[in-house]
Amino acid sequence: MLDLFAPFFQRLYETTGVNFTPFYDPYDWGRLLEGMWVSVKLILAVIAVSMVIGVVGAGAQTSKLRIVRFLVAAYIEIFRNTPPIVQLLFFYFGLGAITPRVDMGGWYEPIIGSFGWAVIALGIFGGSYNVEIFRSGVDAVPETTKEAADALGFSDFKIFAYITLPLAFRFSLPALTNNVISLAKTSSLAYVIAVPEITYTLSNIWSDSVNVPEMMVLLFLYYIVLVAVIAWLMGWLERKLALPGYGQ
Amino acid sequence: MTRTMSVTALSRITWRAPALTAVLCLASLTVAAQGTDGTRVSALSTLVVWIPFILKGFLLNLIMSILAMAIATVAGVILGFMQISPSVILRVPAKLFTQLFRNSPWLVILFAIMLLLPFQVTLPGGDKILIPDWVKATVGFALPVMANIAEILRGAVLSIPSGQWESAESLAFSRRQTLRYIILPQCIRRMLPPWMNWYALLMLMTPMAAILGVNEALGNTQAAMEAAGSHPEFLIPFYLFLMTIFFVFIYPISIYTRRLERRFSAGS
Repeated sequence: MLDLFAPFFQRLYETTGVNFTPFYDPYDWGRLLEGMWVSVKLILAVIAVSMVIGVVGAGAQTSKLRIVRFLVAAYIEIFRNTPPIVQLLFFYFGLGAITPRVDMGGWYEPIIGSFGWAVIALGIFGGSYNVEIFRSGVDAVPETTKEAADALGFSDFKIFAYITLPLAFRFSLPALTNNVISLAKTSSLAYVIAVPEITYTLSNIWSDSVNVPEMMVLLFLYYIVLVAVIAWLMGWLERKLALPGYGQ
Repeated sequence: MTRTMSVTALSRITWRAPALTAVLCLASLTVAAQGTDGTRVSALSTLVVWIPFILKGFLLNLIMSILAMAIATVAGVILGFMQISPSVILRVPAKLFTQLFRNSPWLVILFAIMLLLPFQVTLPGGDKILIPDWVKATVGFALPVMANIAEILRGAVLSIPSGQWESAESLAFSRRQTLRYIILPQCIRRMLPPWMNWYALLMLMTPMAAILGVNEALGNTQAAMEAAGSHPEFLIPFYLFLMTIFFVFIYPISIYTRRLERRFSAGS
């Protein structure tokens, strides 16, 4: 694929000095693809972790035990009101220093690498927003709908699983879209713990080839396309799941 | 009745969460201090020695966040007005500009500003002025907030019922007068809570400047740990302390923002 446009970008560099190294140098091309792949993997993993935390946390907030509700509230406040970059460093360096290391045959490697810590830290950070999003989704389900289900003989669990949850998910979709987009953007913070995602990769390329403006254009383009794709996917999901008579 | 109950419930959570944080911090610090070997004890005392240095860095975070917020508010309001302008020449570029900075990560914008902006400017007289890194970082932080404030302003103006525009028109108000005397006074109320949210978020992002060598709280914390001998046992207490100072500053702001939101949504 690189062969298709390599001559063009090679000539572009020779004639104008505009140096898009990843588009003619096979090594940088590989780095760019790898960076994009790691970035997408990271974002998907972070979203998955944050959604699980959000659902579990929203469930825990309805707990009858005050201590559980209080712990969830404390978790939300702590992670929303401290800098995400310090959270990331705290997890990676602070907790990473005390996690056990495994013998890799000659050298020792921590059980959780920088990618793993980025997923954990950013997932917990994003989860603190998702808890509130899902909770307000559950709150938005009308009491009368639940009562109607009760009258039709649904058990408490079935009411939650078949009535509340599907409606709550639809109600929370717009807010969820915002949070997913903001998480996708925040994933660039993984740069600080050297996760080889796109920001880190391109910064390596621009320090090797001294082509900051060109790589900056690529970076902006990558995130704008990414955000557009996520927004489109979530919009599609919202339309797909729309129920007549609810919202809109 | 329900309203007073929900308010008390809020304030109960409100004051217990920071209390818990403080307890957690103290507990983890004492756990660190009670380690068997002597080096652990020194982690806490080292932190105490370096606290003034870290707080000095935090002061720069405060200055950067306030300056950036001021720039972002002015530029954002202008950009927001351009977005709702009837003229296409103003509206389309403003929309593109807003979307560019709204949809890019803070770190990428910060990199772009730090690496692409010149490090010195030549005045018309021929004098050269060096631009300090923290000033450039401030501009970098202001841009994403600016785009979001523009969007908030646009949303607030659009949320005013169109009947108000029409009645103003029937009273012979010009577009400018309608905006100035009828629409904007109602918008400011709606814009205040999100504006404060964005300030809190901006403050939480300022430690990113450390990546580019600005000596703010995070940079100073890392420098302090290094100067004290880079022992791994410093990491947890130092970063925990750093999170605590940000929490202590931001948490009251977010409580107040939530109260405002509650009051405004109850009022309208």
